[in-house]
Amino acid sequence: MTLRTLTSVKLGAVLAAAMTVTAVPASATECIAPSNPGGGWDFTCRTIGRILGELDLVDGNVQVTNMPGAVGAVAFAMVAAERSDDAELIVATSTVGVTQMAQGRYPAPLETMRYLAMLGADVGVIAVDNDSPIQSLAELNEAMVADPTALVTAGSSGAGGWDHIRLLMVADAAGVEDLGSIRWVQFDGGTDAVTQMMGGQIDVVSTDMGEIAGFVESGDIRILAALSDEPIPAFPDIPTAISQGIDVTGYNWRGLYTGGDVTEEEYASWVERLETLYNSENWQTAATESGLVPIWRGGAEFEEFVRDEAQVMEDISREIGVIE
Amino acid sequence: MEILSLLGSGFLVALSPLNITLLLTGCFVGTLVGALPGLGPVNGVAVLIPLTFAFGLDPTSSLILLSAVYFGTMYGGRISSILLNIPGDEPALMTTLDGYPMAVQGRAADALAISGVASFVGATLAVIGLSLFAPLLARAAIHFGPADYFALYILAFATIGGIAGVDPRKTLLSAALGLMLATVGIDPISGVPRYTFENYHLFDGIEPIVALVGLFAISEILMLLEKEAKDRTKAIHVKSWLPQWGAIWKTRWAMLRGSGVGFVAGVLPGAGASLGSFMAYVVEKQTSNKKNTFGKGDPRGVAAPEAGNNAASGGALIPMLSLGVPGSGTTAVLLAMLISLNVQPGPLLFERQPDLVWGLVASLYMANVALLILNLPMIGLFTKLMVTPTWALMPIVAAVTFVGVYGLSNSVFDLELMIGFGVLGYLLRKLDVSLVPLVLGLLLGGDMERNLRRAMSISGGDWGILIASPISIVLYILTAGFLGLSVWLAIRDNRQDKNAHLADE
Repeated sequence: MTLRTLTSVKLGAVLAAAMTVTAVPASATECIAPSNPGGGWDFTCRTIGRILGELDLVDGNVQVTNMPGAVGAVAFAMVAAERSDDAELIVATSTVGVTQMAQGRYPAPLETMRYLAMLGADVGVIAVDNDSPIQSLAELNEAMVADPTALVTAGSSGAGGWDHIRLLMVADAAGVEDLGSIRWVQFDGGTDAVTQMMGGQIDVVSTDMGEIAGFVESGDIRILAALSDEPIPAFPDIPTAISQGIDVTGYNWRGLYTGGDVTEEEYASWVERLETLYNSENWQTAATESGLVPIWRGGAEFEEFVRDEAQVMEDISREIGVIE
Repeated sequence: MEILSLLGSGFLVALSPLNITLLLTGCFVGTLVGALPGLGPVNGVAVLIPLTFAFGLDPTSSLILLSAVYFGTMYGGRISSILLNIPGDEPALMTTLDGYPMAVQGRAADALAISGVASFVGATLAVIGLSLFAPLLARAAIHFGPADYFALYILAFATIGGIAGVDPRKTLLSAALGLMLATVGIDPISGVPRYTFENYHLFDGIEPIVALVGLFAISEILMLLEKEAKDRTKAIHVKSWLPQWGAIWKTRWAMLRGSGVGFVAGVLPGAGASLGSFMAYVVEKQTSNKKNTFGKGDPRGVAAPEAGNNAASGGALIPMLSLGVPGSGTTAVLLAMLISLNVQPGPLLFERQPDLVWGLVASLYMANVALLILNLPMIGLFTKLMVTPTWALMPIVAAVTFVGVYGLSNSVFDLELMIGFGVLGYLLRKLDVSLVPLVLGLLLGGDMERNLRRAMSISGGDWGILIASPISIVLYILTAGFLGLSVWLAIRDNRQDKNAHLADE
């Protein structure tokens, strides 16, 4: 009998521990990262959540909830259906999320949500192995124009994902005719793609700089072009595509949205608080250290930016046959 | 010698009172989280990430805490596999095959002790491999391309027929079901949704842990309901509360072989702990199953996969640290954790932050010792769980699985899916179809397909790429050899049976 009591007490305690883990205090500010722990969206929520608390911009702490599924669509649908007027809720998103929306892969259109701000961006780069004969973006473009199927390209997204589209934007600007015939291989992450390139399986990688910076510093790979307006602060010697005559930028910005039915005051209050956060030393340090370039766009300006970007994505996706 | 002095300074870092406390806490929490069905290493590590921020721990201490949890969950996963026939997490799947039959025979204490020691051996060998050869192995692993991974998965699936069940046809049927379920979701290569029925919850495919918990835990509860309606079940008889040390010593070769296989699977970023424990079991069965005791409670069938999954978990840290490529969900979380602490794993980590790396390696050694010391005295306690009547135990298991699965994604859909899998598992059990191949099909099928598709994208549709590299050719020869040997053994056994039959007459 004592034995039985002992085991059930023990299991009861364990169960209680498990319950507290998932409990969410009702009134706290919540940031939903629509992904598993790890990766960009999780970083956005955890870092912004932490700094919001440090700067006393919210009462208490920010609760971070991971709600993975369908590249953000699961969280998007939940917010649309259940919490569209919850002013204490913010959700992480990025260029990757907008690509999905533009291709109709979310259950409701873009306008369902209110877009608050972008606070930083990872810069897209085009990289080759250090032993590759290709020395510059011009040489790469020359090879692709001569024979679009000659080189194997890869990145962390599937066909029609942001890594793929960025590469095609470069190829398009260089005058490649048949964009659809460029060979594209999907890997689970930028570093996966880079290590496969070092192993000789593929020729060119298009992905975010942040994740693969270590391989640039170690000299394993060579960046042909940064897809940004200005050179990346940490790597001033890497030329931009624009400086090489290819007018393409490919940022992967990190930002936040909230439900579509919050009041104008609540919306404005979030934009203001996020701008304070953006200007703080805390955010500038955290963003730079994790390889992001701090960039601010907020409020109405940001909402227009998101709409324009989605339109560009939609056009390219249609052109290469990813959507009808 | 340089390694020894680096390691020595690593131990100095890890041996501070704070770090030892964190280490022990991590080991304990990890074992519990791992033992609970539905809660796995990903939850354990993810839950602790905010805590490390809240306490303001420095990167080394955070990493010590998290790696203790990581190894702890790997130790813990086997406990419910053995006692309840419900794997605590994916890599503990293979341990059900011989672990649970051992427990039914009253040898739960032996099974727990063997799996504990096997975990220790596997993990320790992997950490030794990590300290000596990490950068070297990482450089070797990058030569494995998509076509080579595909060949590796072909080898794995070729061996699946032999793992479990009375009837190989049912095993194959079960594996085929798993492979079919693995195709659900948005095709990552082309972005086309498959079998999703416009339901965005299915866009990411079926989460293996949800299927695993449903198939094993929920179906167990359904079986129990049925039994309870007829006659009240009695708890399992326990022969001995304490393990017999001789039984552990007999499995030493199984542990070493399992560790070797698991370590290789761990070092390859495209393989991982589930493949490691599966291959370790298959290799062991092929080498040692002389008297046809596997699947019926053979201690070596517990030792090999446990050594394998722990060696793979240790091995998986190699590509994670030296390349920044996570081999599994858990290492992906550890990687994210490192990045959020401003530690950038990758080719320069060993040069730039040697104290962090060697502090981690030293703490891994210590975590293993701590886990062994923590786990062995707990065997008696865990074994006592066996005498708890199932009608009291199962409702608790049910509650834990629901909390665990909901905690993964905060989605009610996953709970419904889990119950659906429970019903499927119940039906399959009624038909005597083993559930293990189904989960393996689901776990490995997706990766197998992705690597095939990647290989085809690289070659532009030319199937020749599959046999273009020496690595894949060697793997195909191994596969052919394995299949040939199995067929030959089957024919020989058949003849011997006939001869014996004739002699009887």
